[in-house]
Amino acid sequence: MKALQLSKVVFGAAAVFFLLAPLAAILPLAFTDSVFLNYPMPGYSTRWFSELVSAEVWRRSIVNSLIIGSGTTLLATALGTLGALGLRGRTSSYLFAFVRTAFLIPMVVPAVVLGVGMQLMFARYNLTNTYLGVIIAHTVIAVPFVVINVLAVLQSIDPRLEQAAASLGAAPHTVLARVTLPLALPGIVSGAVFAFATSLDEVVLTLFVAGPNQRTLARQMFSSIRENISPAIAAAAFVFIVGTILIALALNLSRKSLGRRPAA
Amino acid sequence: MNESFIRFDKVSKAFGTLTVVDGLDLDIGKGEFVSMLGPSGSGKTTILMMLAGFENPTSGTIRVGGRQVDGLPPHRRNMGVVFQNYALFPHMSVAENIGFPLKMRRVSRAETGERVKRALDMVQLGHLAERRPAQLSGGQQQRVALARALVFEPEVVLMDEPLGALDKKLREQMQLDIRELHRRLGLTIVFVTHDQTEALTMSDRIAVFNHGKIEQIGEPAAIYDRPATRFVAEFIGETNFLTGTVTGVGGGHATVDIGNGRSVAVLAGQGLAAGATVGLSVRPERVRIGAGPARSNTVSGTVEDVVYHGDHLQVVLDADGQTLLVKADRAGSPVAIGDRLDVSFAPDECWVVGS
Ligand SMILES: Nc1ncnc2c1ncn2[C@@H]1O[C@H](COP(=O)(O)OP(=O)(O)OP(=O)(O)O)[C@@H](O)[C@H]1O
Ligand SMILES: [Mg+2]
Repeated sequence: MKALQLSKVVFGAAAVFFLLAPLAAILPLAFTDSVFLNYPMPGYSTRWFSELVSAEVWRRSIVNSLIIGSGTTLLATALGTLGALGLRGRTSSYLFAFVRTAFLIPMVVPAVVLGVGMQLMFARYNLTNTYLGVIIAHTVIAVPFVVINVLAVLQSIDPRLEQAAASLGAAPHTVLARVTLPLALPGIVSGAVFAFATSLDEVVLTLFVAGPNQRTLARQMFSSIRENISPAIAAAAFVFIVGTILIALALNLSRKSLGRRPAA
Repeated sequence: MNESFIRFDKVSKAFGTLTVVDGLDLDIGKGEFVSMLGPSGSGKTTILMMLAGFENPTSGTIRVGGRQVDGLPPHRRNMGVVFQNYALFPHMSVAENIGFPLKMRRVSRAETGERVKRALDMVQLGHLAERRPAQLSGGQQQRVALARALVFEPEVVLMDEPLGALDKKLREQMQLDIRELHRRLGLTIVFVTHDQTEALTMSDRIAVFNHGKIEQIGEPAAIYDRPATRFVAEFIGETNFLTGTVTGVGGGHATVDIGNGRSVAVLAGQGLAAGATVGLSVRPERVRIGAGPARSNTVSGTVEDVVYHGDHLQVVLDADGQTLLVKADRAGSPVAIGDRLDVSFAPDECWVVGS
């Protein structure tokens, strides 16, 4: 018994170590004052953060990530929520199973395959090298996260609540606006956060459909690591991680406060 | 019942192969209080849901106020519904919940506030207006659901076991309140309950359901005193059920042989003929301890158990293999387990049910 306990602890610690070690290795380098991305660090400075905001390519890529991330979040959240509303309560039919699977396909299809297809198709509609094109591409892979999150919440809503609203005189669209959507809000919010995070993180599709003007932060990191290994990458990674942690925190907080909002 | 206001005409409802409501014919008068009583799964909720518009009958039609309501969506039916599980909106305060139907009807803000306040006072929850449903006890939630279904003064109120979660005292208080509202506002109420006492005390008429069919419908006294079937006799209150064969009819009485060489006299005239097999229902409170006067039925047996019920004692008597329940007055002479006892009941207290 003791041995089992001990091995559990050791294994857990090892897993955590391997997850965190790369972060621990890269993050301090964001504060190096050397021009090389390696240890030992000769001194500390914030020059690489200044570089991120002052150097045109980096600043541009951050702005692009925000533009594309916001667009993707809006589009994916709207479409995914509508999709989840449509799929809800139809668990028994084959059509449901098929459509539901179709919604989730982008999660499992290799991004390279999607990317090739999109590049061909976008070329035909003049969408390559446009913001809209990148947003559409990111939306395709972000929608499943929204669908899953919203569907989970919708399925936990007691249908009697909507029936009660109807019996009290609410037309179907009012039931949706006043009962269903408010109750689904936690799922919609977490779906939106996932969509944003997905867009922020996405490289492969971006490589296929984005032009030089739509370089996102992730894409920029990817290319600069091949071209010149500058500590700006570490600084970008630092911004990235802090941003992600902030989003996760925001998500947790919003879940809590949505759970028990004070009476309006 | 005056003229029919709600009419079910041969309404059936099936889920797949399971027929839940089977050819229901039911007329409910305006301002009437009808209870639906029946075991779990007998289709009571399904009937309410069809009336409210959430389920469509598989066949048959439902009319309200002379108008066929099939195809009329729930939000245009103007019926207050109290759901079995309350169905309060968790994201709204108590006051917002109750104000919801008024908001839907575009009642002015000032009037809404006024009416919500009155509704809250009616259910004695004025002090909890700003709470969320999750912060209320089951009984308080039930009262909010009630207030919400009544605040817009619908003509018809459907209640699905609205008092199930309340303790006895509050339950009785709410029963009185609902009856008072029913009288004062002239509401037509369809009330589903598991509780036979509740049905007996509150209703103008009771419909007893079994397997999606009405076993019997009538005024409470008729249902209790003259049950049509053994099911009704045993479902409403406690009863002693005896089966036997009619051996003779004459002089206004029929003699029924209940086995072991014992026979009881019952009132004739219920279509009784010699040789027929019949069931007899005798309520425990109609059975008296001690031999009765001439022509009454006297049975003797051994006391098996005496159960204390506060206001009365329930005596379980074994009369040669036939168990008889007797509701005994506590003031009477003491009865102990093992005693031999004579009990009696008059012929007219013995209701022939048909076997
Ligand atoms: N949507 C549905 N799909 C399939 N079967 C259903 C559905 N709704 C109800 N039933 C079945 O119909 C039968 C009657 O249900 P109903 O809810 O009307 O019973 P009830 O008399 O209200 O019971 P209770 O007293 O337990 O509330 C049950 O056997 C139930 O399983
Ligand atoms: Mg029910």
